[in-house]
Amino acid sequence: MATIKLDRLVKRYGQATVVHGIDLSIQDGEFVVLVGPSGCGKSTTLRMIAGLEEISGGEIRIDGRVVNDLQPKDRNIAMVFQNYAIYPHMTVADNIAFGLYRSKLSKSEKRQRVEQVAGTLGLSQLLDRRPSALSGGQRQRVAIGRAMVRDPAAFLFDEPLSNLDAQLRTQMRIEIKRLHHRLGTTSVFVTHDQVEAMTMADRIVVMRDGRILQVGTPLELYERPVDIFTARFIGSPTMNLLPASLKEGRADLSGGSSVKIPSLSSSSSEILIGVRPQDLALGLSTGMPGFSISGTVVVVEPLGSETLVHIESSDQTVIGSAPGRQIPKIGEPMTLHAPAERLYYFDKVTEKALAAQ
Amino acid sequence: MRADAPSQALPMSRIKPGRIVAWTLLFIGGVIMVTPLLFMLSTSLKDASQVYDLRVIPEAPTLDNYIEILSDGRFTRWFVNSTIIAIIVTLSNVFFDSLVGYTLAKFRFRGRYIVFIAILSTLMIPTEMLVLPWYLMASQFGWVDSYWGIMFPGMMTAFGTFLMKQFFEGVPDDFLEAARIDGLNEFTIWWKIAMPLVTPALSALAIFTFLGNWTAFFWPLIVTTSAELYTLPVGLSSFAVEQSIQWEKIMTGASIATLPTLVVFLFLQRYIVRGVMLAGLKG
Repeated sequence: MATIKLDRLVKRYGQATVVHGIDLSIQDGEFVVLVGPSGCGKSTTLRMIAGLEEISGGEIRIDGRVVNDLQPKDRNIAMVFQNYAIYPHMTVADNIAFGLYRSKLSKSEKRQRVEQVAGTLGLSQLLDRRPSALSGGQRQRVAIGRAMVRDPAAFLFDEPLSNLDAQLRTQMRIEIKRLHHRLGTTSVFVTHDQVEAMTMADRIVVMRDGRILQVGTPLELYERPVDIFTARFIGSPTMNLLPASLKEGRADLSGGSSVKIPSLSSSSSEILIGVRPQDLALGLSTGMPGFSISGTVVVVEPLGSETLVHIESSDQTVIGSAPGRQIPKIGEPMTLHAPAERLYYFDKVTEKALAAQ
Repeated sequence: MRADAPSQALPMSRIKPGRIVAWTLLFIGGVIMVTPLLFMLSTSLKDASQVYDLRVIPEAPTLDNYIEILSDGRFTRWFVNSTIIAIIVTLSNVFFDSLVGYTLAKFRFRGRYIVFIAILSTLMIPTEMLVLPWYLMASQFGWVDSYWGIMFPGMMTAFGTFLMKQFFEGVPDDFLEAARIDGLNEFTIWWKIAMPLVTPALSALAIFTFLGNWTAFFWPLIVTTSAELYTLPVGLSSFAVEQSIQWEKIMTGASIATLPTLVVFLFLQRYIVRGVMLAGLKG
């Protein structure tokens, strides 16, 4: 169990800076997910914590101790890789036991630990098998087992689920979460999948271009994104953004409609109104206070529990939702409504969220 | 029911013309390769008077040549010499070529590229040009007419280093990093993780090196002077110079000499299987 603290952490490759002095404090036992698009610096940050990449500037502390110059093996962390990286020439038992390579336990104690971990991960029957005889999910469990067996201060996960198919991914997500709940070990998990981030994290760290944009619980990020990038990255389908001009307490949308809005701390009059598809619903009667948009249905995505409706309104497509059993026809005219309190406002130039004053 | 049940014999109509061409070429290649071997074996079973009778199956086959050769102490000595030299040089190549190949493939250090080019450039110098400097070196260090003198030029080769470097480049870094986190030092990572992952390449290198040294003639001939240090090919060639050319003896010796190469190949070929490495990665 450990805390991890990043202080003005910088990574440079030659002239290119890929991590720009980030600060992050991870509490003991916390499950933190670093999320962002490819090349945002999340994996590099994780690898710096692991000691697999040299640090160009700043400081990393694990449990209060500066680890900048420590070898990976001396940091008491365990890592699970995207490609599993379990050794094909060893059996499952040997692979898991490899995590205890430096441990001073006796052979029988090691064996006991391996069996215990294998039991936890449902690998007991597979201990004598080679990785080639395992499925993708089983291989990933072996990789997790090798990390677990050492009882490390922290787990580092580098996109461990991205090679699994959708069903297995969901299953492994739940397993890792349950495991974390049981072990309570500090975990840092890197992913580019916002669903993984939302479902697994105690706190999410959104990164872009080597900088941290926002840190918060999944709900905080969903409800109060600091900018357009986070707003669109978190939540599926992505948030609708509609250009509007501010005028005397109202925002005029490009399609001619208008909505009453609170006074905003904006310096310019051009804003973007954000509304999540789940909040933009079909079926509320017109005349209700809030936001409404009319258009023609162009795409319908029935998901069972709800139906996503894409409507085209004055040259832009907006996604809304309808109850699961209601499937509108393509070409049908439709009006979608959202309550005023479910709207988000962003500065069009700075792309930052605007607070109501 | 198994989906991959063995298929029935192909009907003639389904045999593609490409196959026929391939089989024909393989057959011709086979004949070209096997004929000299057959003649070698056949000659070894003939007595001196029948040597120039070109029938493949001897009129009166005899094992006298084998008995004579095997009871000749010199032959046994040469056989042992060749075995010792080929084994030591093979082990040395497997160890050093892969160690250097791994370092060049997996570590980033200043001058890495220059070192690699320097090693590679030695591949372009023919052995004939190297023999003189080797000999001068051997004579200065007092290695002429010794085991070490025969072995030292081949203890590490540019070809082996290049081959192993290419293979190690295919080993995903994740394996090595996982081991680094698990607490292995760099040498142990190479030995315990990287080496088992390139077994096919190691086997190929071992076979090439063993065969190359087992059949080496030119350098051992130059660097040895006493008959006790001759390797098999050098020793066998001495049958041709002493009085007259004793073809039946040479062919008997050569037939016996092919056995170890067969054993080495049969033993190592099962390690030359592809795809061993990928089994531990995403499936």
